[in-house]
Amino acid sequence: MHTQWLEHSRLPRLLADAAAVPVLSPVSPEAHAIRHVLIVVFFICVTIFVIVVLLIVVSLLRFRARDGDNAIPRQSFGSHRAEIGWTIPPMVIVLFLGLVAARLIVSEHAAPPDESADANSADITVIGHQWWWEIRYAGSTAVTANEIHIPVGRKLRVKVDSADVIHSFWVPQLGPKKDMIRGHPNFLWLQADRAGVYDGACSEFCGAQHAWMRFVVVAEDEQQYQTWLTHQARPAPTPTSAAAIAGRDIFFAQTCANCHAIGGTNAIANAAPDLTHFATRRDLAAGVVPNTRDNLTRWLRKPDQIKPGCKMPNFNFNDAQLDQLVAYLETLQ
Amino acid sequence: MSTSAMDDLSVIATDEPMPRESPSSSSLLDWFSSVDHKRIGILYICTALVFLLIGGVEALVMRLQLVKPNNTLVSPDFFNQLFTMHGTTMIFLVGVPILVGFANYLVPLMIGARDVAFPRLNAFGFWLVPLGGILLHYSFLTGSAPNAGWFSYAPLSEKAYSSLQGVDYWLLALLVLGIGSVSSAINLIVTIVTCRAPGMSIQRVPLFTWMMLITSFLIVLAIPALNSALVLLLIDRTFGAAFFEPSRGGNSVLWQHYFWIFGHPEVYILALPAFGMISEVIPVFSRRPIFGYEFVAASTVAIGILSMGVWAHHMFAVGLGTTFDIFFAASSLLIAIPTGVKVLNWTATLWGGSIRLTVAMCFAIAFLIQFVIGGLTGVMFAVAPIDYQLTDTYFVVAHFHYVLFGGTIFALFAGGFYWFPKMTGRLLDERLGRVTFWLMVLGFNLTFFVQHFLGLMGMPRRTYTYGNHPGWYAFNAISTVGAFLMGLGVLVFLWNIARTLRSGKVAGDNPWDAFTLEWATSSPPPEENFARVPEIRSRRPVWDMNHPDLADFKTSSTPEDRRVQRSPAKLAAACFVVSEAMFFLLLITAYIVFNRRSAPSHVLEVGRAGFFTALLVASSVTLWFSERALRNSNRRAFLKWMTITLALGGVFLVNQALEYAGVLHRGVTISSNLFGSTFFTLTGFHGLHVLAGLIMLAILFALGWRGYLKTERSDVLAAVGYYWHFVDVVWVVVFSVVYLRVLT
Repeated sequence: MHTQWLEHSRLPRLLADAAAVPVLSPVSPEAHAIRHVLIVVFFICVTIFVIVVLLIVVSLLRFRARDGDNAIPRQSFGSHRAEIGWTIPPMVIVLFLGLVAARLIVSEHAAPPDESADANSADITVIGHQWWWEIRYAGSTAVTANEIHIPVGRKLRVKVDSADVIHSFWVPQLGPKKDMIRGHPNFLWLQADRAGVYDGACSEFCGAQHAWMRFVVVAEDEQQYQTWLTHQARPAPTPTSAAAIAGRDIFFAQTCANCHAIGGTNAIANAAPDLTHFATRRDLAAGVVPNTRDNLTRWLRKPDQIKPGCKMPNFNFNDAQLDQLVAYLETLQ
Repeated sequence: MSTSAMDDLSVIATDEPMPRESPSSSSLLDWFSSVDHKRIGILYICTALVFLLIGGVEALVMRLQLVKPNNTLVSPDFFNQLFTMHGTTMIFLVGVPILVGFANYLVPLMIGARDVAFPRLNAFGFWLVPLGGILLHYSFLTGSAPNAGWFSYAPLSEKAYSSLQGVDYWLLALLVLGIGSVSSAINLIVTIVTCRAPGMSIQRVPLFTWMMLITSFLIVLAIPALNSALVLLLIDRTFGAAFFEPSRGGNSVLWQHYFWIFGHPEVYILALPAFGMISEVIPVFSRRPIFGYEFVAASTVAIGILSMGVWAHHMFAVGLGTTFDIFFAASSLLIAIPTGVKVLNWTATLWGGSIRLTVAMCFAIAFLIQFVIGGLTGVMFAVAPIDYQLTDTYFVVAHFHYVLFGGTIFALFAGGFYWFPKMTGRLLDERLGRVTFWLMVLGFNLTFFVQHFLGLMGMPRRTYTYGNHPGWYAFNAISTVGAFLMGLGVLVFLWNIARTLRSGKVAGDNPWDAFTLEWATSSPPPEENFARVPEIRSRRPVWDMNHPDLADFKTSSTPEDRRVQRSPAKLAAACFVVSEAMFFLLLITAYIVFNRRSAPSHVLEVGRAGFFTALLVASSVTLWFSERALRNSNRRAFLKWMTITLALGGVFLVNQALEYAGVLHRGVTISSNLFGSTFFTLTGFHGLHVLAGLIMLAILFALGWRGYLKTERSDVLAAVGYYWHFVDVVWVVVFSVVYLRVLT
């Protein structure tokens, strides 16, 4: 009895995973609403397509001239009545689609009923940089990069902005994308109805590494989220091992702190991702490779090899320095 | 400069016909120096084919890079150059020139004209295409081809983020190509309006000609919008202004508005001529007239008008607000109505016909089906929330390639197979043609149909590579295979052309039993086009000639030709003025956008500017007096009023120079702040127009002084007058906005 229930509930999810079509596997109310309209519009379009193709195919079959057949068909110049007649269905369809579109445009922009905050407040602020994401949480000092955590089921207001060129914030399973434009801040609703890790990507061309300007949204239950947020707001732990201490010294002796910040230290720059809790993140360099020891070493040795054109310079570290630096960065739990 | 008026000036000096090469000698130099519309048409088509190969190779390299995840065939920066150059090349150096080339060749033949209205202007417009194309591709040699996308969104295209010269080459090349397009569009409009053979009323011209007329109007209106955006970005990059640089107060969304005010009509500039070709090919191979000529023509006008009001559907993700999104969703949906009507008209033409499935017809049928797919995905995007999800993904790439490749390029193949015998006298091989057809259909749909799925799977556009997302590898690999099948199809097509030119079947005048006037002359047509233009009593004069029993005018009536003879020079000047008005409209808009809510500037002297405004307005009056004097053959009065006009214009310019000196002295420069940038840009471009007007007037004055400018050609002075009055009107608006602060 118990196993039967399990199989029943898994089947649709397995099918959805097999299909792997994020836009069609929504987990937020906004993305659900869009999928619904997408399917309705799609079937209208398919119907129109089938009718037109049928008309063409039937004409070709019925009216194709046979070899040597030189008969001249009736010369007809058209029929105003027919033409006015077949203008009506497109008009009706367009009117219907217009109403559907208008309704959804309004609802996608609408505030949830309990929202009473002012127009510029946001629960999360996401700022696009060439080619990474800076994330700040209202009421918390936590600053993260390329990984957004949200509590399941809560509707958050997200402000998207840019530090340089235009980027675009898009998580296909969570809903509509929004451009991130300096001097033109935009807002969107972010909500996940189910725990999970959702892929996001920049979808406005933003220069050399547009392809690797990706991020993830991690939706977890409220308590896990709060624990995570509290942890992220803490300053970075102090290194204790000799290698890590040596690594920290390299970090501050070199120019790393000109771009990166580490909470609780003198490094407060904001030109590259905040590294305070770097070791907790899933991926490196906005999604290029998983955040593993090997990858981190490769990245520090030759950033340009992993992400050509990125702004992280190659410091020509030797193997010993790399080990120490990696040891230090791994303490940033 | 009003090159059209200049062209006319040359006619004044020598009243002989245009110098023409003799048909017997056909050296390379003849092609270079030709002003014959047929040769220029072929030059356009050949140039476009060369760039088609270049743009096609760029596409194939991109598809190779994307064939598998994390591929490293090309660097990210080179990939970005490739898609920038592919888009720019295909639109500006393939799409527009090849369609203008067909129009150049066919329109005068279709309307029974000897040539276009301004043959020299025509040659000028053509030679700008290779110039612009070489300028654009020269950037590869500098090591930095443009890499900010064919849309060059600011601020990515600004100096701060694209410091190399690629974008500058892009800007200059597009300005050059734009000037060429506007000149050829004006030429086509004037040709279609004034050069039609007797009996060829505007309601009787072939639909291809109709569509080219509407396309030409769209070019005249849309290109200046692009030009205004291009010059503003050029000023940003060259002189350090910040129109589109938000970090210094500029507005990057304004670039998007300007670009798409051009960019969306541009889609129809590329689509309408293709509709025209289909409207010629389908009836001929169904052996009956187009079903509902009036509907097809009128729906084109509707598309043309609507296309000017839908640009922001490219910007649904920008966050322009609910009202904006609803308006542009609605206007974009409306376009589906006239477009849908066209498809039904074409289908109804098939119904009841006697269909011959030649290669041309096969391509036309494939066009119909593929264009419907592209149109329907367009309808999906017009429902703005679907666009919120799918914009900037591969779904968009699939959508517009179904319109521009599955649509326009397939129509061009249809038109190519259909008109090739007319242009060369030989029929393309049908068997090789069928091979091309199936390779193209299969390759095209393999390449682009799967991209719909990639979009739904979340693959963004313009990414040089991608990771191991489920399904992406397989669909990208299929897409690459399809692209190479198309490449093969093009090679077979080129082989077909080469073989046909050597030993193809001789076509004769009218191998298809076609209807329209170009088939009444020999293939290829003689230098002067027609030995004798046949009598035109319907829309299908050649049908009437070949099937006298079933002649159209016996069964249906079309409006007779009741035309008012217009001066080509005046009409060209009027079109040019419309185009320039669009340019200034956007410059003035930029001024208003950037000077709203700003404090009044202390560097401007309103009283003094008012006085010189009065002088400039007075110069319009004096020019009108001199026009009247010329019409009345009063040479002395003509010269007197011209002198006063020139003096007033000159004084105005001198004052502007002095005013500039004063403003600069007070520390306001083109790069110091947005007021300075907008002030110098707007008044500077106006000043250049005054200067151009003065040069034209001075030339006319000199011609009048020597006695060449006679009363019979007073329309030339009137044409320059249109331009001069327009420049004055622009100044009155500029004065109101900048000095009187009417709208700021």
